[in-house]
Amino acid sequence: MPYRLNINGHSREVDVPPEMPLLWVLRNELGLVGTKYGCGKGICGACTVHVDGTAQRSCQLPVGRLGQAKIHTIEHVGNTDVGARLQQAWLKIDVMQCGYCQAGQIMSACALLERVTQPSDPQINAAMVGNICRCGCYNRIRGAIRIAAGLEEESGRVA
Amino acid sequence: MLHEETGAALDRRTVLKASLLAGGGLALEALFPLPAAVAAASGEKSAVPAQLSAFVSVAPDGTVTIMSKNPEIGQGVKTSLPMMVADELDCDWSQVRIVQADVDQKLYGEQSAGGSTATPKNWLPMRQTGAAARAMLVQAAASRWHVNAGELTTSRGRILHAASGRTIGYGEVASQAASLTPPDPSTVQLKDPAQFTIIGRPLVGVDSAKIVHGEPIFGADTRLPGMLYAVYEVAPAHGGRLVRADIEAAKRAAGVKHVVPIFGNGDPDGGLADGVAIVASNWWLANQAREKLAIEWDLSAAKGHSSSVYRAKADQAIAAHAGTDLRLDGDPAASLAASARRITARYDYPFIAHAPMEPQNCTARYRDGRLEIWAPSQTPQRGLEALHKVFGIAPEAVTLHLRRAGGGFGRRLMNDYMVQVVAIAKAVPGVPIQLMWSREDDIRRDYYRPGGWHSFEAGIGANGELLAFSDHFVTFGDGKTPARAAAMNAAMPPAGLIPHLRYSQSMLPTVVTTGALRAPGSNALCFVSQSFLDEVALAAGTDLPRLMLTLLGERREIAAPAGGVPLETGRARDVIEKVVQTSDWARRAATGGRAKGFAFYFSHRGYFAEVVEASVAGAEVTVHKVWVAGDVGSQIVNPMGAENQVRGAVIDGLAQALAGQAIEFVDGVVQQSNLDNFPLARMPATPEIDIAWVRSDKPPTGLGEPALPPVIPALANAIYAASGRRVRSLPVRLQI
Repeated sequence: MPYRLNINGHSREVDVPPEMPLLWVLRNELGLVGTKYGCGKGICGACTVHVDGTAQRSCQLPVGRLGQAKIHTIEHVGNTDVGARLQQAWLKIDVMQCGYCQAGQIMSACALLERVTQPSDPQINAAMVGNICRCGCYNRIRGAIRIAAGLEEESGRVA
Repeated sequence: MLHEETGAALDRRTVLKASLLAGGGLALEALFPLPAAVAAASGEKSAVPAQLSAFVSVAPDGTVTIMSKNPEIGQGVKTSLPMMVADELDCDWSQVRIVQADVDQKLYGEQSAGGSTATPKNWLPMRQTGAAARAMLVQAAASRWHVNAGELTTSRGRILHAASGRTIGYGEVASQAASLTPPDPSTVQLKDPAQFTIIGRPLVGVDSAKIVHGEPIFGADTRLPGMLYAVYEVAPAHGGRLVRADIEAAKRAAGVKHVVPIFGNGDPDGGLADGVAIVASNWWLANQAREKLAIEWDLSAAKGHSSSVYRAKADQAIAAHAGTDLRLDGDPAASLAASARRITARYDYPFIAHAPMEPQNCTARYRDGRLEIWAPSQTPQRGLEALHKVFGIAPEAVTLHLRRAGGGFGRRLMNDYMVQVVAIAKAVPGVPIQLMWSREDDIRRDYYRPGGWHSFEAGIGANGELLAFSDHFVTFGDGKTPARAAAMNAAMPPAGLIPHLRYSQSMLPTVVTTGALRAPGSNALCFVSQSFLDEVALAAGTDLPRLMLTLLGERREIAAPAGGVPLETGRARDVIEKVVQTSDWARRAATGGRAKGFAFYFSHRGYFAEVVEASVAGAEVTVHKVWVAGDVGSQIVNPMGAENQVRGAVIDGLAQALAGQAIEFVDGVVQQSNLDNFPLARMPATPEIDIAWVRSDKPPTGLGEPALPPVIPALANAIYAASGRRVRSLPVRLQI
């Protein structure tokens, strides 16, 4: 089935079955490999993208149901003010170890800060609980979100 | 960071050029250029770098390119090893760009990621590599200026002649330096550590900027023109063999290009498993087509290989005292009989999976008898050996590119996925194939941390002293040799610290593949031994840190059997005393429901003592804070990465205990399938983690593993202190 998708501000055409999850359209059809496969069941959050501004698991989104929804991926998120601040904060305290889950982490964090500009720690936990980091970078992920939100200067609370 | 931007800019240009050539497809070769190729592709003739050694080249503008030889799996070696080179080279870190080396034993020596060995094995060689390159640059400048090399000094990529006030940049003498005979690395002058300018600084990882922008650097991100995607359906049970497969329906499925039954060699250890490959234009289509396969498997070998059967057999072995002695010091039987008090307890732990975030994958192209492979492997050189053994392909006929791995934890020490993709690529010559396992494949076909059972006995004297200790360990193996990563460590404390001790071992056969998982052996042995010693300490009227300090005694070396690394009791004492202080151990008793537990372990050359503060409400355990004191030698190479390794190890260990991790079998079939029933740590459970380094005067050692083992018994001991409930089995499942 041919589909015309709105991805990162561009119209992209693909010809795939309607049940194919967005994740595999991004990774295998469009070469946008920043969005990662981790579990295929919406458990780990590695495939998180923005659909009309909300964080969603792209492995659970059949392409046939997307219509003209605006899809943003990690390759695009740096073009937004919040996304760029998060990327800078991530680098400031070098959040990552292996880094494989971090695209999904940043996308979830970005959707949170777009909604709540200065989240509390419980709000951060609630927004990020769906994103697994197998390396255990959670202290620094929380710290980087706080830095991006202007809640702290440097790495005061990354412990 | 400047060096990252420089590297990224060059990469983007080369990629752009390559993708134009390939008609839109991305030619990945361009991402793995030799320095000269980078410069050529950038179109700047003046940027052609001069190669001083396999690891170091310097461009005329002073840009230093350092080859990073080892696999990067999140442990930070792609940053930390080049830091060692750059510091002795005495250049500025902002001048440095780092390129991942292909696999080439002749050029780079051993290239592996495992056992926390990169730092201890490379600390001197990497520094010598940098110092040798520096000596060549200095010699070139001395020749140019007609002065003695001894009159010259260096700083931040420049050579200085104090007597005449002349200075020159490395880039200006690099081509002359490259024509000199490199000095013998063992003879070059190394810096006094007080002179380090890069080592010891907290530096951001060299790939971090690419990661936050979603750039294609992982194994699974590999894209080649004309590449197809593969899945590999293997037997549902461990040890299963392929009998016949009806592949016609799968062949007709949407997007499917090839379906290939593959009869392997039946060797699960470095060999090729039987299976059916489905190759399609899109991975999801390949994976969907698995439903259409009709395969007959021979699963007879797996019959009876069930967790419940293993448990019953372990019970029998323990009841029969059927172990073979591994270590017998003094006369533990007599000493136990003479003890004022005898304490016994049984401990056990389950099989667990590695579950790195990036499922196993590998990309290969077989063309005209040659192989080109893009692999996220921890042991690529062993992968080449496996390919030679299974297919007869000589290592010289293989080009092996290392790709960043989305986590390792020991899983990628095995190269089963590499062997599989080569089997598929050979069946479809000329076509690049990317094999990607589903998460279900990854959970069901791991080389698991093996489960085990321990039966302990300790004898306490009239004055509360530990007189005798014994452990009968039931593990897996063929009766002569333990299965991979299933062996007892005969040096496990308190061995060597008390006169009367017996360690014995029984083995159960298994068809399940086992292997090393982060801090192999230690991750389980520390839990059982430090938890039991906590019981002993409390029974003897003391606490575990005091008992350990008493056992460790004066500062000395305790030899390890079979050439193992000796235990330095002074270093052990220092980390114990440090964490006792940082955690305010004196106030450990339950207050407001919170209590502290302690544990110590020495593994992978690292000394770690840890305290966990936890509370228990019903069956619910909450970890509030963890204090870590660690000694990995005189120098923390990159504190930025080092602290991350410690935090990650702590969180990993807590999840092994509290998240509910256990792999179970019924007739060889793994009962868990994904991250819902094999859960990993999540953010809300993450405690505050306090890290204190104890600097000894020993050479620096690795950090991927040794911080993990103590956190599990420290947690178990905290649960006991908070609730009176003793955890003797993992994962923690408290009854209300």
